[in-house]
Amino acid sequence: MIHAAFLIPLFPLVGFAVLAPFGRKLGRPLAGWLATAMVAASFVVTVLVFAGLFQRPPADRSFTQHFFTWLSVDHLHVGVGVLVDPLSMTMASFITGVSALIHLYSIGYMEHDEQFPKFFVYLNLFVFSMLMLVLGDNFIVSFFGWEGVGVCSFFLISFWFDRPAAASAGKKAMIYNRIGDAGFLLAIFLVFERTGSVTYTTVFARLGQVGTPSLVAIALLFFLGAAGKSAQIPLYPWLADAMEGPTPVSALIHAATMVTAGVYLMTRINPILHLAPDAAHVVAWVGAGTALLAATIATSQDDIKKVLAYSTVSQLGFMFMAVGVGAYVAAIFLMLTHAFYKALLFLGAGSVIHAMDDEQDLKKMGALAKVMPVTAVTFLIAWLSIAGIPPFSGFWSKGDVLENAWTLTPALWAVGAAAAVLTGYYMGREYALVFLGRRRWVERRPVAAAGPAHGAVPVDADPGAGGARGTASTGSERHHGEEGLHPHDPRWVMRLPLLVLAVLAVFGGFINLPFHPSFVFLERWLDPVVGASLLNHHYSTGQQWAFALVDAAIAVTGAGSAYLLWRRRSDRPELEPRFLAMAWFIDWSFDHLIARPSTALASFTAAVVEGRVIDRAVDGTAGLVRSSGRVLRRIQNGYVRSYALGLVAGVVAIVAFVLSRAGV
Amino acid sequence: MSVHASWYLVLAAVLFSIGAVGLLVRRNVLVMFMCIELMLNAANLTFVTFSRALNDIGGQVAVFFVLVVAAAEVVVGLGIIVAIYRRRVGATADDAHILKG
Amino acid sequence: MSPLAALLSPAHLLAANGLVLPHVNYTAIMPELILLGGMLLLLGISAVSPRHLPTQVYATATAGIGIASLIASLVLWHDVQKGGPFSAVARAVDIDGFATLVLVLCSCVVILGAFFAAGFLEREQVQGVEYYALALISASGAMLMGSANDLILVFLGLEILSIPLYVMAGLDQRRAASGEAAMKYFLLGAFSSAVFVYGIALTYGATGSTNLASIGSFLAQNVVVSNGVLLGGLALLLVGFGFKVAAVPFHMWTPDVYAGSPTPAVGFMAAVAKIGAFGALLRVLFSTFPTLRTSWQPILWALAILTLLLGALVAVVQRDVKRMLAYSSINHAGFILLGVQAGTSRGAEASLYYLFVYSVLVLGTFGVVAVVGGRGDEGHGIERYRGLAHRRPLLAGSMAVLLLAQAGAPFTTGFFSKLYVIEASIAAHSYALATVAMLSAAIATFFYLRLVFAMFGERAGRQASVAVPVAPAGAGAPGGAAGQFPPVGTLPAGPAVASAAGVLTLERAAGLVDPGRAEAAAVADDDAGPVVADADLQVSPWVWVGLALCVGTTVVLGIWPSPLVDFARHATLLF
Repeated sequence: MIHAAFLIPLFPLVGFAVLAPFGRKLGRPLAGWLATAMVAASFVVTVLVFAGLFQRPPADRSFTQHFFTWLSVDHLHVGVGVLVDPLSMTMASFITGVSALIHLYSIGYMEHDEQFPKFFVYLNLFVFSMLMLVLGDNFIVSFFGWEGVGVCSFFLISFWFDRPAAASAGKKAMIYNRIGDAGFLLAIFLVFERTGSVTYTTVFARLGQVGTPSLVAIALLFFLGAAGKSAQIPLYPWLADAMEGPTPVSALIHAATMVTAGVYLMTRINPILHLAPDAAHVVAWVGAGTALLAATIATSQDDIKKVLAYSTVSQLGFMFMAVGVGAYVAAIFLMLTHAFYKALLFLGAGSVIHAMDDEQDLKKMGALAKVMPVTAVTFLIAWLSIAGIPPFSGFWSKGDVLENAWTLTPALWAVGAAAAVLTGYYMGREYALVFLGRRRWVERRPVAAAGPAHGAVPVDADPGAGGARGTASTGSERHHGEEGLHPHDPRWVMRLPLLVLAVLAVFGGFINLPFHPSFVFLERWLDPVVGASLLNHHYSTGQQWAFALVDAAIAVTGAGSAYLLWRRRSDRPELEPRFLAMAWFIDWSFDHLIARPSTALASFTAAVVEGRVIDRAVDGTAGLVRSSGRVLRRIQNGYVRSYALGLVAGVVAIVAFVLSRAGV
Repeated sequence: MSVHASWYLVLAAVLFSIGAVGLLVRRNVLVMFMCIELMLNAANLTFVTFSRALNDIGGQVAVFFVLVVAAAEVVVGLGIIVAIYRRRVGATADDAHILKG
Repeated sequence: MSPLAALLSPAHLLAANGLVLPHVNYTAIMPELILLGGMLLLLGISAVSPRHLPTQVYATATAGIGIASLIASLVLWHDVQKGGPFSAVARAVDIDGFATLVLVLCSCVVILGAFFAAGFLEREQVQGVEYYALALISASGAMLMGSANDLILVFLGLEILSIPLYVMAGLDQRRAASGEAAMKYFLLGAFSSAVFVYGIALTYGATGSTNLASIGSFLAQNVVVSNGVLLGGLALLLVGFGFKVAAVPFHMWTPDVYAGSPTPAVGFMAAVAKIGAFGALLRVLFSTFPTLRTSWQPILWALAILTLLLGALVAVVQRDVKRMLAYSSINHAGFILLGVQAGTSRGAEASLYYLFVYSVLVLGTFGVVAVVGGRGDEGHGIERYRGLAHRRPLLAGSMAVLLLAQAGAPFTTGFFSKLYVIEASIAAHSYALATVAMLSAAIATFFYLRLVFAMFGERAGRQASVAVPVAPAGAGAPGGAAGQFPPVGTLPAGPAVASAAGVLTLERAAGLVDPGRAEAAAVADDDAGPVVADADLQVSPWVWVGLALCVGTTVVLGIWPSPLVDFARHATLLF
């Protein structure tokens, strides 16, 4: 069964290959169903391979399926193949599973979009790239997938590219990711230079011949790549802007899967991190810092998706914290549960946005629990889960991370605990503002919606209205009649993913329970991959209970305070300081401290260095090319005699050369 | 009286050069083509000379092949030249230079 | 036996004179026989058919003949892999892995050439069988060159290859340019043939044989007294080959002939002439004159450098797409020479691989050019390509893939072809040559991408690209280019990196692009001409089939290169 592994990435690739030329002909909703079916098929295969792997003895749960050699130059051999082991299969199963659900959801969410087929072309390509990333048996294939998901992310953030914000958000994501990718590439070069291979198994087997400074450099360069992809300090601001993409994209790419690629990469190279503890500690502290920083920002955002975006950054910080202390299982555990509840949160937010006619401002919502019960309940589950209320999944996974952080140093734990309190708080605030309180959309809506609501006015013409979402909003008019909005739960294609994810968000935590060694299923499952470098510190049952109680208290504090503070009121400026709403002015400072000085420097160099030196060199080079081209083409004067002369000249030159050789 | 083989070779080389130079200086396409025939026959002369000198029949066989090929070239070449002349009577090789650069 | 019959029996006549007829192994020359027999059949059909048959009939038949010869070639390949190489027809024909690969290549070119010609001839209302008959003869000549083991046979192959090409160049009698192209090609080709024959004569004089194997063993065992004659002969042989492959300074016919000939014929002659000439060149140099390596390597070194640079440099200033592609084919010839110059089996392998890739690319590219050229085959200015992607997305997309492959973009066969010849060159310590090759690839990328930009660039008053969300204006030129091709610059491969860097430099400096707006300006520069009417771009189903084959091979084998690489490797193992 496990030899069917090649089918896992093949199905989405086929979907892409079919949809790219024929998607337009298939049209709505057939293109969407085809894409969904392909990912679902991939999920089924993944489960089968997973099961096949599970039946093998633990020591035998890793094998490489080599497809073909792509490049073979000197001693650089780049093959294309998949590495099937517990880690890659864990990743693949949740990627395909969550992707299938979100594909299904998108059929409903995007049903009125003009570019419906194209959306699914990108989505399938994304799933293929993501699977190549996690399944690849060497750094090059993973890098290919890494770039592939980056490109898809760019396309999908800018999906509504006629909106300037979306176009520039795509560029921003691209540029931040390029910085990280440079690190990834340099790391690969260094790995190849030091070990002479790019294949995971070979590289890890040869780590003994690499000095510690090189290992630290390699680990940090990989972390730079991971920080770009997974939005860690300092490369995180792009993720908030990435929310310009359609909400299913935010759920799939910018919450559940792609942004966790960095965590996967760091877990994959755990043998390197294990030998470079200094680099690992950097990872841990950057992760903790990101977790706290992003959590503070999330407390004061008004955009329903921005809160979730910063929440994602914060949760990714937790994951890196776990990776940094060597708790790879905890990182993957949190990644899994996070995929469930964060995807659920995004899809719930998408339902709300859909129902509210593309309104994203929390302050213009409220009391939706009554009209959208399914969305409200699933959102509630997701909130309690991310907050860490027992026995929801987030409680177990976050508890695992914090416990391991304590093992390294209590200071790290303290930072994490503070972020955890804020997590419960900001999500509670969002829940309360959306689903509780007064129906603020009734009061405000008629004024704001007057323009776009009545059809004839082009949507883009009124940038102030909530409806300025280009193509997506054109079809949303069915939600409101003459008198305003009638928000309601979405149809089943969107509701089913919510329910499935809600179930997973509740029970997902049971795959790795503390208290008894026989409960840690995930840890035993991943043992062949990360066991050798895992942080190994076992607390007594009593201590574990203490941790659990503290975690629960943290969660209740955060969630409860939010409930009390925001249940009735939507306006507490004292709790939304401007510096948090402005995200610590990070974008502003990047702009003022980096972008503007760089621009100034750039203008200076553009004027002086560029104008006087480089331009002349470059223009000179190209001018040389062009003028030599012009001169040379003059030889081609059209007269056959001169062509013959050229031929004769060549003959004479060559004969003269050989005769001089011959010594005649 | 026998003439040393090298004289034939020199003669062939001279013929070959005359042909090559003729191609360069003449403008009449037919004459240019004749110059090429001259070069081919210079090669033939060389073949025959070497054939005699080496006492090997192969060189003389080669001459036949070259002659056949030359005949085929004449057929095609004259056809092309006639096609050009049809467009413009008395055209020289230099008149055809719309393709250049 | 009656006396008359005995008198007429050639065997009797020859036996009487003490001549022995050689045993002819017909399987060894089966692909050539199939092509020539098919050609005769076509001519016969056309002669007896009461009215003009549609050109599609001949195209189908030609493709069928090509497939038959492909099968025969593959059978030979199988025989050789199993039973080893063998000589046939009195040692004049050598059937080894190398020869059979050339046979396979020529068969593929015949098939593809038939597809691309059909649509063109139909549109131009050229009736009759001539084009296909000439193509079949020409391809059989290239096959003969690849399998010849005798200089005389190489010469015969060369002429069988060339003479039909002269006619094909002049086939379009309505255009003066076509006649001029034929005249130039013919005069210069005949001139170079004469030089080539003289080279054979000198070699024969110095070694006493025209058989390649005999010359090789003679040179290995004897010290040549008349070294000057031998080297002179070798030099003249090189000139003959150099002319056929369009190596500088013997290239001057190329741009004019390519620009003047009917467009599908250009693709065909570019492919088939290079296959034949490089096939024979590799065999002559590697199996006959390895002892003279120190003499021919510097010559090829110089030829390669000149060819690489001139091809790339002059292509940059061309505004006629056919001429541009002509210079680009000169540039490609330089790359193939790189593998020959290396003088190693790895180099031969890389050259063979490059030949295959190049043939497919050049046929497909000229197939598209033939379509875009429109009725009359005159519209080859770059302005015809402006905004093509909006009107014919599939056509423009195919063209873009083929052009990017020619530029050496990763995930196409073009990437590997350049990579392998450069690798072979470096392995042979020709560092300067490899550097020049990479530089020329960088320069070449400019004019390929310029055409791609013209096709995909924005048309005034129209929405941006259909397939890709293009960032709004204001994205800098480097950002624009880097954003469009992120993988190009990031893959650890010499040609690709050099290319990407080169584009940015040249784009700006060639004055075509204002730093601010890459595509827009590149297109604005090509704004001059009229936009083609859509109705004029009729793409026949034949062309689609051909394009699908070309693009498919280019991309599939670019992602999964092993089959073709192994094919080339096995073909040269036997040197």
